[in-house]
Amino acid sequence: MKKVFADAQAALDGLVFDGMTVMAGGFGLCGIPENSIAALHKAGVKDLTVISNNCGVDGFGLGVLLDAKQIKKMVSSYVGENKEFERQFLSGELELEFNPQGTLAERIRAGGAGIPGFFTKTGVGTLIAEGKEHREFDGETYIMETGLKADISIVKAWKADPEGNLVFRKTARNFNPMMATAGKVTVAEVEEVVELGSLDPDEIHTPGIFVQRLFVGSFEKRIEQRTIREREVA
Amino acid sequence: MAWTRDEMAARAAQELEDGFYVNLGIGIPTLVANHIAEDIDVTLQSENGMLGMGPFPYDDEVDPDLINAGKQTITELRRTSYFSSADSFAMIRGGHIDLSILGAMEISETGDIANWMIPGKLVKGMGGAMDLVAGVKRVVVIMDHANKKGEPKLLKECSLPLTGQACVHRIITTLGVFDVVEGGLNLIELAPGATLELVAEQTEAKYTVADNLIAHEAA
Repeated sequence: MKKVFADAQAALDGLVFDGMTVMAGGFGLCGIPENSIAALHKAGVKDLTVISNNCGVDGFGLGVLLDAKQIKKMVSSYVGENKEFERQFLSGELELEFNPQGTLAERIRAGGAGIPGFFTKTGVGTLIAEGKEHREFDGETYIMETGLKADISIVKAWKADPEGNLVFRKTARNFNPMMATAGKVTVAEVEEVVELGSLDPDEIHTPGIFVQRLFVGSFEKRIEQRTIREREVA
Repeated sequence: MAWTRDEMAARAAQELEDGFYVNLGIGIPTLVANHIAEDIDVTLQSENGMLGMGPFPYDDEVDPDLINAGKQTITELRRTSYFSSADSFAMIRGGHIDLSILGAMEISETGDIANWMIPGKLVKGMGGAMDLVAGVKRVVVIMDHANKKGEPKLLKECSLPLTGQACVHRIITTLGVFDVVEGGLNLIELAPGATLELVAEQTEAKYTVADNLIAHEAA
């Protein structure tokens, strides 16, 4: 089965529908599937539930879908970088479910691994624990969290081979590997598709079984906080 | 009089021990990295998926694929490893990180911490804070002793929604250093220029004063 597609539009063809749940990789603007987000925007799908650690910034990343009012609900851990998000949330147009970042990562990992629920100490005694099952293990209290799945996962990797084996680069890995496992269909966008056999099998981060479609994208890679130090002048 | 933010960060840096794996929160805790003693070896973890965080890059080294949890551009070291968010929080939630240094809005006398949400104001989210306070072996907080209105931030009970319950071990404020002990807080150090009277005036939480209280002199 051919996994390599020409572009985002071709790779997403036949997969998108109104009301679907989308997992989108990335941390801030680092390692986000820019091309698939743009294609979802162009496709005009509405009422999306988007599971992603953040929600982009105004006019970039998931912010594009927000601006076009395509998102019904966000499942995130931190969303502070976005004025349009604030406006839609305060006006009641947008639903929001906060998850502690580690809980979000583990819920996605669990969903992809066929684990429907797990117990964690994170959030015990906080608003997050309200309405959740509590259980003691070795004298300590834990709360139950459930696994997450998606109709489609859109992820960004550095390199892929035609089998869908993926290699990520630096901190652009973040949520992408777990999300690749938790989508009914996973679409990966990459900077380069290399020849079969040229990736070292010992250094593949995501095995191709988790990736159904892939394409080479073009990436702006916008930087949120450009922080530098000055060279000391001798 | 009292400690500045940078002086609090310098005091917090004394909490680091040789061989520690440490996660520094966003804001003042980030400054702690500038004060790490040269004779100890500490590895900084960034919860977006990096162990062995280096300094900010020079202008020509900036890499959009390399950021810290505050979304700032950063550099790698020879020891650096990268991993997924799930592995990162396995480190944090699995008790593999020795120390977390965080900011806070309120701390209770039992070591509860509130630092993510003010009802009625826009909530940005807890990010990794709830995981850090629940999973890291030791939690140290750096914060102003009182808020902008001059009201205490060390309280009997937190008024804001909690980030974690009974999880803070030590608090470094503009006025001094407190440990969370059985029955309340214990004042162990006084910042230069701070007095016991000033601390009493600006603290609601129940606390005792250590017998061997260290009163720091102005540098």
